[in-house]
Amino acid sequence: MRVNAETSQEQTVLLYAASKKLYPRSIKGHFNTWRWIFVGLTQLLYYGLPWVQWGDRPAVLFNLVERKFYIFSLVLWPQDFIYLTLILVLCAFSLFLFTAIAGRLFCGYACPQTVYTAIFMQVERWIEGDRAKRMRLDTHGSRAERGLRKTIKFLIWALIALWTGTTFAGYFTPIRDLSDLILTNSLGPWQTFWVLFYSGFTLLQAGFMREQVCKYMCPYARFQSVMFDRDTLIVTYDDERGEPRGSRSRKIDHRAAGHGDCVDCGVCVDVCPTGIDIRLGLQYECIGCGLCADGCNMMMDKMGYPRGLIRYSTQNAITNRYTTTQLRAHILRPRVLIYAVILSMITAAVFGTLILREPLKVDIMRDRGALAREVEGTFIENTYQVQVINLDERPHTYKITVSGLPNLRVASQDLLNVPATSTQLFVVRLQSPITDLERLEKGAHRLSMRVDSLTEPTISVVEKAVFFNPR
Amino acid sequence: MADFSSEFWNLYVIILTVISIAACAVLLIVLSRHRVKAGQEIETTGHIWDETLQEFNNPLPRWWMMLFYITIIFAVIYLVLYPGLGRTTGLLGWSSSGQHIREIERADKEFGPLYAKYAAIPIPALSKDPAALAIGQRIFLNNCAQCHGSDGRGAKGFPNLADNDWLWGNSPEAIKTSILAGRQGMMPPMGPALGSPDAVDQVANYVLSLSGSPHDAAKAALGKPAFAACAGCHGEGGDGNSAMGAPRLNDRIWLVSGTVAGITETINKGRHGVMPAWQEFLGEEKSHIVAGYVYSLSQQK
Repeated sequence: MRVNAETSQEQTVLLYAASKKLYPRSIKGHFNTWRWIFVGLTQLLYYGLPWVQWGDRPAVLFNLVERKFYIFSLVLWPQDFIYLTLILVLCAFSLFLFTAIAGRLFCGYACPQTVYTAIFMQVERWIEGDRAKRMRLDTHGSRAERGLRKTIKFLIWALIALWTGTTFAGYFTPIRDLSDLILTNSLGPWQTFWVLFYSGFTLLQAGFMREQVCKYMCPYARFQSVMFDRDTLIVTYDDERGEPRGSRSRKIDHRAAGHGDCVDCGVCVDVCPTGIDIRLGLQYECIGCGLCADGCNMMMDKMGYPRGLIRYSTQNAITNRYTTTQLRAHILRPRVLIYAVILSMITAAVFGTLILREPLKVDIMRDRGALAREVEGTFIENTYQVQVINLDERPHTYKITVSGLPNLRVASQDLLNVPATSTQLFVVRLQSPITDLERLEKGAHRLSMRVDSLTEPTISVVEKAVFFNPR
Repeated sequence: MADFSSEFWNLYVIILTVISIAACAVLLIVLSRHRVKAGQEIETTGHIWDETLQEFNNPLPRWWMMLFYITIIFAVIYLVLYPGLGRTTGLLGWSSSGQHIREIERADKEFGPLYAKYAAIPIPALSKDPAALAIGQRIFLNNCAQCHGSDGRGAKGFPNLADNDWLWGNSPEAIKTSILAGRQGMMPPMGPALGSPDAVDQVANYVLSLSGSPHDAAKAALGKPAFAACAGCHGEGGDGNSAMGAPRLNDRIWLVSGTVAGITETINKGRHGVMPAWQEFLGEEKSHIVAGYVYSLSQQK
């Protein structure tokens, strides 16, 4: 913030500023196409997934009330929270990897903020027109026209936001039920709140906040510099090629006339969604969307110059003037390779543990108050509460067997019936003959209990417990 | 707060809170405007990192400042409505104990009819109702299993609830009374009354003979006359006395120990069994349901 050197008096300067409204210009090009491909893919997934059925239930459902997360054939319980940690670690390392290679790919192409802002801005373009028309509408347009266009735009935004909010809620309540409730106007108060909250949030973020999120709210912008190095592909302006900039006729040999390739058309600034000038170099506001590259390429085509004045390149490549081969070689550097190896290991771990996951959990809690008891003068008996969690979506019958002490046997019912995806508590009595126990030390002895499913013999769990031999 | 004898701490908290909030507001307003001399550049914060890295002193977005002001307004409104300024109770009169009472009232309204329904069903019928048994088992596991075992079969000194030998009577009412009012099972030390360790040993063997358990017949015959001292509570043939909680001695079920050494200790030192009273804890209705569950344990034959 520079104070005007010509003023002779003191000035009062505000240390906060109302944000200038941006009017990004639309541009067609390679990177713009890729952005819209990603918009299509991510939104197809986001809007479509809640509607996919798996048998008689939704394929993807995060049922918070029942504390079960359904992801296709997988049913995750609260005890499976560790997988969420693993998935987060997986996401973190993949983020480190592709950011080290090509910078803010997530920001520019896949981030929901970018995706929804792109959708909402496209609606704005359809209703209010492209950059020049929008600017004219805001400064010179009639109240009536402005009011009409902005109202229609707002209504379309609201519809998209409502559908987005309902879909978001549809990941937590089956969306078919939710849409039935909405159409018959019988949504409960909390459901109404959440649908309106998510919709309102979408409307606010994509319709009004836009680049403010990227510039001020998102932490990714701030710590990107930690994940970049001089061999990271970023959207760069080839300074050497472009300078000195200035407008000139198409017909002349500009190099001979002492001009660089940059014609100072300002298209790269006009198309930028965060309103920066990439010619000043890498800035934290740059989300790596590549629209400036598209814009410049369009201009280069018009001038008959080669494309790529603004392109994806690395700092080292520009400074040291690498060839393409050298550039590619530098991409495969130790940092990238190490991230790739760690990422493969974590991916293998995540999928391995999920595939090998046993749909049966057994917890054994010994009765500590009633230590041990004599039965008929022949046996010593310990009582246990055995919690059996059947994670499968079929009911199972389980059989208990025990080992670890001489002639240890299950004195209570050893066949347990547990319904599908539910947990049941069983009281189990284990006995060992007094004559055998007299030869053993007094006190605690380890035993192991094996729970086998008779419904699905491959499912089996072994848990350790303790048998108390009283004095 | 009612324990303090002066208003000091109350006022201390109020004044500090109000000053802090006011200070935030003042700081925001004063520091957001900056008097600047002509020609002066306010470019960077002045510090340079890593030889070339500088940070511009750019203006914050206006909406950010608005959020700060909103938090101050929120704080003021909150402290007016809710307790926070010292001992004030806030206009809405909320308190955590009040919330707790409201939650109990809500629970009573929701579960009251359920318990009332079960309270009207007599215990023998209740012991056959699967839903009541499930509730009863849960209450049992939470409250009774620590002493009586998860299966109710007791432990040394804690009665087996699944057999048909009852200390205080086998009627459903007796079971429910045990739960509600508790029991005190007192066996006085009878060692001195019997005279000598030998006499105690003989009586112990006689007691074992009553149930046909292995014993020394000679000693048992010598102990039989001395048993008269015990018959007062335990009955002539060792039948027990449910009015006093005196166990049956002529079966093979032993509350503490059925060995000679164990019975000898019982006679010498006496026994004191305590069943706590659950009236205050569980209340009438839950005790009724648990009684139904306990009754069902002895019916499964």
